[in-house]
Amino acid sequence: MKSLGSIRREFAPWNDPNAKPYIAFENVTKRFGDFTAVNNLSLSVYEREFFALLGASGCGKSTLLRMLAGFEEPTAGRILLDGQDLRGIPPYRRPVNMMFQSYALFPHMTVEQNIAFGLKQDGMAKPAIEQRVKEMLDLVKLTQFSKRKPHQLSGGQRQRVALARSVAKRPKVLLLDEPLGALDKKLREETQFELMDLQQELGLTFVVVTHDQEEAMTMADRIAILDKGEVMQVATPAEIYEAPASRFVAGFVGNVNMFEGTVAAREANTARITGASGAEIVVENAGDAAAGNSVAFAIRPEKIKVSSRRPEGAANAMEGEVYDLAYLGDMTVYHVKLGDGQVVKASALNSARQTDDPLTWNDRAWISFRPDAGVVLTR
Amino acid sequence: MNASWSRFNITSIVLGFAFLYLPIVLLIIFSFNESKLVTVWGGFSTKWYGSLFNNRGLMDAAWVTIRVGLISATVATVLGTLAALTLTRYTRFRGRVLFSGMVFAPLVMPEVITGLSLLLLFVAIGLDRGFLTVILAHITFSMCFVAVVVQSRLMTFDRSLEEAAMDLGAPPVKTFFQITLPVIMPAIVSGWMLAFTLSIDDLVISSFASGPGATTLPMKIYSQVRLGVTPEINAACTLMIAVVAVGVIAASVVNKRREVQRQRDEQAAQRG
Repeated sequence: MKSLGSIRREFAPWNDPNAKPYIAFENVTKRFGDFTAVNNLSLSVYEREFFALLGASGCGKSTLLRMLAGFEEPTAGRILLDGQDLRGIPPYRRPVNMMFQSYALFPHMTVEQNIAFGLKQDGMAKPAIEQRVKEMLDLVKLTQFSKRKPHQLSGGQRQRVALARSVAKRPKVLLLDEPLGALDKKLREETQFELMDLQQELGLTFVVVTHDQEEAMTMADRIAILDKGEVMQVATPAEIYEAPASRFVAGFVGNVNMFEGTVAAREANTARITGASGAEIVVENAGDAAAGNSVAFAIRPEKIKVSSRRPEGAANAMEGEVYDLAYLGDMTVYHVKLGDGQVVKASALNSARQTDDPLTWNDRAWISFRPDAGVVLTR
Repeated sequence: MNASWSRFNITSIVLGFAFLYLPIVLLIIFSFNESKLVTVWGGFSTKWYGSLFNNRGLMDAAWVTIRVGLISATVATVLGTLAALTLTRYTRFRGRVLFSGMVFAPLVMPEVITGLSLLLLFVAIGLDRGFLTVILAHITFSMCFVAVVVQSRLMTFDRSLEEAAMDLGAPPVKTFFQITLPVIMPAIVSGWMLAFTLSIDDLVISSFASGPGATTLPMKIYSQVRLGVTPEINAACTLMIAVVAVGVIAASVVNKRREVQRQRDEQAAQRG
């Protein structure tokens, strides 16, 4: 049997020019009165993909999900599912099912009846319904709770009933609205992996809405970062983290240090960026930044080295003072204040139990990084 | 916590309950009076209850009251529920504020005015006063009470339940009958009981709307009392009190049990 990892490595239909998108948002706009929730947005999701819509509250991610489910109609543009335009098709005729943030379990029905509800609407024969309900209960390990009502279940069990109910009809697409939002941290981590396994097992396309970047990074094949109803970037978790497309994305996902400056010189792939205080940074992967552009150089804390002396041969090195430090056990985060007052975060893995040369508060320190350690952002 | 049973507290409780229940207790005691004189105790007897059941007039009135109560409460519940649904769901239609004001106006409208205006209407459209007009009048004033009760339930109703049902393939009408209605049913039932109670209680509006052959129990009692209170009337009132008390106590016991059971279930669920 193939491990999940190898399947996921091979799975990249978005790089295949012949692959047809399964769900396509084409120039979709949604307005509520004067408020524009979604602004001229286009997105493609491929079959069997685990796709995450990530953004702060009010960025339009839930509206996108609700338009896909049929609870809202786009003001302009269209949404295609497997080539079919969804406009005008009511929620009860769409081959998508949704798992609600509040779970929306029917309080007057048992676990069994909740799961069977969708199947009954389809007019499925009784034995077939019973069989399917049994499968679903097995799948989410709730067989012994089948006769209970929702209020007799714990939060984690309710979440699994909601999940079972939404996949019972074998929808083409499963929509998940903050699926793990109501669970505590430990349960959330376990459930993330359960969801990924389930998606592989059933071979469904998942579209999940979340504001939790860790959740999105763990589960999704690709993430769309949304802000104010627009797509900022769509990419794999690694690309989002290592090659953010804009200052917004770099700042939104994970920790980042930004150096604002101007491109002083550009040759081949290398650029020299001069900061406001005159400090110079050499970058090897300069992207599309041209001489004279005002850009930001973004670099993650774990890619910056801190040392007490100037490292020899480092392409980029700056001197400062240890302003603050946080010892987290597995790593230490240094806040180094540079000459121009900018505070740079650098994290060092504590791979040894002791160091000969520990840095502490107010020590002089050098930060250094390789020319390819960060990215140049023009937007 | 000695202070909780101080003399002052005991006095206030005794006075408070006396104020509320002394008249009723007197009425009940005198319903078991042997003597025909209402205010003079002549020994214990249940004979007035026997004669009550042989009093054709009172029994007919009681039957009318029950039929009016059942029919008007049921119709008022349907209409009141529909009004509550409209008011909570379609919040943007033109004239909504006016409509909601009009639905709830009868709550504070003096009964005499409601009764009189209904009488004028029935006369104007040439509707003969009788059983039907009493029912219509009762529906009119009890509907708004149902609407209030059901609306307050709908305010806290989680709309995502309905969305979930539609998402799972249930068209709107099916969703209403399979999800919305069962979930708000307790509020509808208590609205019905409120409407029923109001209907069997009512004197003023019934008096305006009623005609020959449609005398309700409160009307009958009131007209008899004008000729002098008889122990028979006391007995009739005691029975009415008993019916209402049993109903109220049963409802609260059932509610309490359900609540306790629910809490126990929830605690059990939390423990795993």
